[in-house]
Amino acid sequence: MRRTRLVFSGSGGQGVITAAIILAEAAVIYEGMNATQSQSYGAAARGGATRSDVIISEQEINFPVVSQPNILVCLTQEAYSSFGPEIRPAGTLISDSRFVETTRKVDARQIELPMYDTVMARIGKPIVFNICVLGALIGLEGLVRPESVMKTLRERVPKDFIGMNSDALQIGLELGAPFRVAG
Amino acid sequence: MNNVKFVQGNEACVEGALYAGVDFYAGYPITPSTEIAEHLSARLPARGGKFIQMEDEIASMCAIIGASLTGHKVMTATSGPGFSLKQEAIGYACMAEIPCVIVNVQRGGPSTGNPTHVGQGDINQARWGTHGDHAIIALTASNHQDVFSMTVEAFNLAETYRTPVILLLDEAVGHMREKLVIPEAGELETVDRLRTSVPKGVDYRPYLPREDGRLPMSDFGAEHRYNVTGLYHDMWGFPSASPRVVNELLRHLIDKIDNNSNAIIRYKEKFLEDADYVLISYGSSARSAIHLAKNRREKGEKIGVLELQTIWPFPAEIVREKCAGAR
Repeated sequence: MRRTRLVFSGSGGQGVITAAIILAEAAVIYEGMNATQSQSYGAAARGGATRSDVIISEQEINFPVVSQPNILVCLTQEAYSSFGPEIRPAGTLISDSRFVETTRKVDARQIELPMYDTVMARIGKPIVFNICVLGALIGLEGLVRPESVMKTLRERVPKDFIGMNSDALQIGLELGAPFRVAG
Repeated sequence: MNNVKFVQGNEACVEGALYAGVDFYAGYPITPSTEIAEHLSARLPARGGKFIQMEDEIASMCAIIGASLTGHKVMTATSGPGFSLKQEAIGYACMAEIPCVIVNVQRGGPSTGNPTHVGQGDINQARWGTHGDHAIIALTASNHQDVFSMTVEAFNLAETYRTPVILLLDEAVGHMREKLVIPEAGELETVDRLRTSVPKGVDYRPYLPREDGRLPMSDFGAEHRYNVTGLYHDMWGFPSASPRVVNELLRHLIDKIDNNSNAIIRYKEKFLEDADYVLISYGSSARSAIHLAKNRREKGEKIGVLELQTIWPFPAEIVREKCAGAR
């Protein structure tokens, strides 16, 4: 049975935790799966390396903390240095090429995508960077259907911002799709 | 679809409280319980209830006691140092037999400890935090569906036995998000307090227990005038130092809960049928215990889990019975 253990990491304000919540909520409400989401709180979440753990599974999830993520998202160099070594061998590490210079110290599929730069070039608003990241993740790994993410966004985001979020999700899907592993 | 939610444990507690019929909340926000106050501050007024942010935890506790006396279903939520501050007034609610629910989302302690990390060190404070002889009910929950149902249960038990009920959650469960399915109305039982049938103008004896030990209430400020005090008191609620009165009162305060422990005690079990080892746990630790038991079972180790959902009165009989076959 497939159980996906994800860690989203970056710095406070990038929308790392929001992206994690939206993914997990889409899985639970629109895909009928189980999911847990937890996060770091306090000073570390405001400027330092922040992280949110998500587990998605069709079975019951008891322990909500992710110790060896099979998918790790790193949106800052600090997050990459702090959490990179935790990735499960043969896992997928997604980073943003503007913020992270990768090293080859971990046995994982490391995928660097120009998510931030593409969002700035095509939309011009950094606020939807996190949704682009989510799009890239789904483009790469599946996990949930893009429609489920859009339904979740419609419940959470003011009407006037839906178009921008939809565009960002689409950009992410396009960036991620070429790296998709078949099956 | 609308009744499936993806929420924090603290929000599951709010949903449970609303389902149970809470209509008065007074509190002083404190991490990791703050989301309970945050969500009730929007939800309660929207359905005609009252939300008050008080100046501190002591005042919050006193405010819910007053509101409960006037006939409302009441709750407050806190953590660590806030739970310490509430203790004197919790004792008053025990003595004056006032139904109320106190949620303690546990964090690290003592003192301000660690607000954003999990703790489970308040079990004995829930039992003996306030001074003197008294009984208390304390409940726990390890997942959001149980947070919901145990919150409903907390209100039911408070209203049935006229006692403070402490809901001992913890930071990990309170802050984590997971699935919650809101039951339909009527799916879970909700209990309202017993009210006196004594008409206005007739001598109402607020502290004279019925045959079954229960005390019908009269909304304070409505039909009947009576005294409420933290001092030992007679059946009219007036202070008394008579050994007979004190003895009967203390017996009643303890017996009303101890004699009903079978109706109050809740627990869950997993893999106990053939367990050589039994892990006894509650709250977020019970999740870890189940996780461990599952993993070890794959390696052939027979480990079971007993999750105590009622911590006080302590389910000693259940623990003895469930561990009888273990090594």
